[in-house]
Amino acid sequence: MKIVPLPASLEERTFDPVVRGLEGDPAERKLFDASHLRWADPYGMLGLLCAGSFAAVEAEKPVLRLPESGDVVGYMARMGFFEHAAAIFEIHGAWKRPRFEGPSEVLLEITAIRSHADVHDVVDRVNEQGLALLTRQLQYPLKEAFQFSVVLSEVCQNVIEHAEAGGWVATQTYTWAKRLGRRVVSIAVMDLGVGFRASLAASHAARHPDRWDDAAALEAAFLHGQTRFPDPGRGQGLQQIRKQVGRWSGRVSIRSGTARIADVPDWDDGEPLEEGIPFLPGAQIGIILPARTPQAEAGGSPRTGGRA
Amino acid sequence: MSYGPAPVVPCSFDLSTLAPRSVASLFSHLVTRPTGRALRLGIESQIDELGSICLSVLDFTQVVVLDYSCADEAVAKLIQRYIGTDRPADVFFVARGLGEQHRDPIEAVLARHELALAAEIDGPGFVLLGTAAHAERIVWDALERARSADATGIAAACGLAVADARTALESLAARRVVLRQANQRFSALSALLESP
Repeated sequence: MKIVPLPASLEERTFDPVVRGLEGDPAERKLFDASHLRWADPYGMLGLLCAGSFAAVEAEKPVLRLPESGDVVGYMARMGFFEHAAAIFEIHGAWKRPRFEGPSEVLLEITAIRSHADVHDVVDRVNEQGLALLTRQLQYPLKEAFQFSVVLSEVCQNVIEHAEAGGWVATQTYTWAKRLGRRVVSIAVMDLGVGFRASLAASHAARHPDRWDDAAALEAAFLHGQTRFPDPGRGQGLQQIRKQVGRWSGRVSIRSGTARIADVPDWDDGEPLEEGIPFLPGAQIGIILPARTPQAEAGGSPRTGGRA
Repeated sequence: MSYGPAPVVPCSFDLSTLAPRSVASLFSHLVTRPTGRALRLGIESQIDELGSICLSVLDFTQVVVLDYSCADEAVAKLIQRYIGTDRPADVFFVARGLGEQHRDPIEAVLARHELALAAEIDGPGFVLLGTAAHAERIVWDALERARSADATGIAAACGLAVADARTALESLAARRVVLRQANQRFSALSALLESP
């Protein structure tokens, strides 16, 4: 059994080494060791579900060794992680759903996205609480806060329209003390579907015969709004998400296959385009929206991914 | 000189025949393409029942969330269906009750398809949303103030040549955001809302 160690902090920045841990014999059973996990954001938890699902494609159900910290297990339980993980992993360790149902930083616990009805359900559940959170905790004007549900709706529909498979969404708020010194809301939407390269291949690969790969497909969709549908009305969702997240000085990234593309705000030192990262099928979208500050309102344009 | 993407298709209406009016009151969370599609089919069905000429009011007062996918299906594709020469009925659309949260998605889908829509916005009142040439916007605003006028009157109000004003008015009429009457006059769609 191959051991895949999870970092102390599981988030977008630390996710690629986890995926790299899956490389090698795909038929070898994997053990995801979360013993030392101290914190995971929605990206980290959905990423773990994706990595576990991918590890199970050709091998026996992977094992998930739970964190030693009861607080971490409790938090993951409150995010609804284990309801989804139970179908993917053989879970080693005890967990139970907490009884406390008071105020929470969990804006939307991990929710499966399989149909448009699920998208409606997500918007219905999040809208009121999302408005309160964005206006009170993140100081967004009310007229802008309405757009949070729109962003969530569009990003979830991306799974339905393009993945040809189900996926998950989750969103949470927390304070990014070290990196940003203020509160953020984090949205993650992930699937293990066909990914952007396959989704766009039939309609776009011929235009890039010498360089059709994951990065080219992400550029086509993310930067140019291209989709597999001939309808000119399609492809607006991602463009409008980028526009809205940019207005909020946020970060949006899409990982698909072996590439990741992002709009990187000035508070982040990530790369706008990464190629040759460890392969994971489908698409993994991460959005970080920081609390509004006078400096953020005066912030410049994000750095955007794309080959020279 | 031509204005906008659509060819001018001359059509004349007696204002008095434009009595039938459909009002589609939209509710709650308008998200996803299937929802928008269902909405559009419902409005089309309502229009079919009213006959060949009508004014359709899209009322967004009760809409909390409108996403781009739904707006594309329910608004942009609806207007597209009735703008071409093969349109099944002569319909003029006016959006009403638009708040800030609706304006972005509607503007975006109209721009994507190079469409325009007369809309009543909280605060400024009636505005022209979507894609329009500069001269078309000036002329549309002038007609909105005048309620009804001919090309000569609009040209005087805007400081344009009469021929340019007429071209702009006819382009706006072809795009269904003003009404071209039988007597060479044009009416603002907001004026039709006031008629009994």
